[in-house]
Amino acid sequence: MTMLDCAITDLAARLSSRGISSVEMTDACLTQIARNNGRLNAFITILADQARADARRADEEIASGHYRGPLHGVPLSLKDLIDLAGVPTTAASRVLEHHVADADAPITARLRTAGAVFLGKCNLHEFAFGTTSEDSAFGPVRNPWDPTRSAGGSSGGSAAAVVTGMGYASIGTDTGGSIRIPAAVCGCVGLKPTSGELPCEGIIPLSRTLDHVGPLTRTVADAWLLFHVMTGIPNPPLLPVRRPAPSLRIGLLRPYFMDVLSDDVREQFELELERLAMAGVTVVERAVPHASDIAAVYLHLQLPEASAYHAPVLQTRPEDYTPPVRLRLEMGRYVLAEDYSRAQVGAEVLRREVDAALDGLDGLVLPTVPITAQPIGSTGLTIGDRSYPVRALMLRLTQLFDITGHPAISVPCGRSRDNLPVGLQLVGRHGRTEDLLTLAATCEDVIGQRG
Amino acid sequence: MTDEGNRVAVEAWLRAALEDAERRGLPELKPLLEGLAQATITLRAADWNDTVPHAPRPADQ
Repeated sequence: MTMLDCAITDLAARLSSRGISSVEMTDACLTQIARNNGRLNAFITILADQARADARRADEEIASGHYRGPLHGVPLSLKDLIDLAGVPTTAASRVLEHHVADADAPITARLRTAGAVFLGKCNLHEFAFGTTSEDSAFGPVRNPWDPTRSAGGSSGGSAAAVVTGMGYASIGTDTGGSIRIPAAVCGCVGLKPTSGELPCEGIIPLSRTLDHVGPLTRTVADAWLLFHVMTGIPNPPLLPVRRPAPSLRIGLLRPYFMDVLSDDVREQFELELERLAMAGVTVVERAVPHASDIAAVYLHLQLPEASAYHAPVLQTRPEDYTPPVRLRLEMGRYVLAEDYSRAQVGAEVLRREVDAALDGLDGLVLPTVPITAQPIGSTGLTIGDRSYPVRALMLRLTQLFDITGHPAISVPCGRSRDNLPVGLQLVGRHGRTEDLLTLAATCEDVIGQRG
Repeated sequence: MTDEGNRVAVEAWLRAALEDAERRGLPELKPLLEGLAQATITLRAADWNDTVPHAPRPADQ
């Protein structure tokens, strides 16, 4: 295993004991960026000189006995929606051309305090308003497993970077699934914490009541580390305590959630679920009674909130958006206030139903995305005898937990017959993101896959 | 409101929205607004709308 194949937690001890240096790790990542970014278009801004200077500083601090913790000297990236002082935040849009962040977002500041080295800012679906990372002023992000396919979105550049060694982790955002979807279709771990656990200030909003920020990593242990650092603990304990598989009870969400899946996602998910059961995990079936209303609730919350934020620019410079994103923003301006209010009631109903589904369990389990990475440019797909918009399929299994705020994580769950990654999603109790990570670490051990 | 009443109200909203989009030079919005209208019908038909405490019913008016 090379240094680039390792997780942060594999390297932290060597970094602190000076067995390897931050400069070596950073140079290795920058070499990977030079090698891969032209093909994958994962980065919008590359901060090579700044990253090398930060890495040298980290090595000097560690050598002088000022080790800050397991993220000290570790090179990573930020989705280009998150402010990094003195660096452009483009949101992958011409709308923000020439915009430079004047301060770190609180999340960025906490990572900086923990000693992280920032390699650059990652490409995304424009303003995070899409699930494929295709509509970007900087061109589409391409999937590392098949560059003719989408990397998922909206944090597509972050996922592509993590799985190709262009950094050891990346920070993304998730409003309908934008961390978990690209993590699933690119083959890494993606954590959406509980709503409100991590601050979203200094991050360009998509939908203020649905937005979350979280890490994309190679392992659950790294997601644990990044999550804790972002809550403001620069030197957290390294690994989640694994619980033995036979002590775990999880609920399979079946009606609606298992109704529309491509054959290869269903096959792979059921295989891994069986593997969990064989390891001793108790799997019971659970339901969310109003699951068929999820998309309607989501649309009536997300669209008007996005349009409200963008209204001034839509009024004056609409041509600066990519056409698909502009149209979706315009659509939000037609949602009636009474329907926005109905959707808020619906969100509360769904929140109670997810709480009820979790009753007596350690978590819920379902696929992350019903399909694997789709060819760039495809807009629809037939499953069974029905055709579906790609966007609706991509969001189908993730958006519920942005509405309800429950923590959710996608872990790699093998590959399809076409060698494309499949994701398994676990959902935890509200406010119990640590417990979810502990559950996910056990499942990761059983499944035996890393990003 | 009944499901039929909701459908009629949403259809009226959709007509007005399509006219407005056309007037603003955005005819490409048509399929998106039609999709949104379907979602609005679903949203208004959800049974939680019937269980909101003290919500006025057509018969009360």
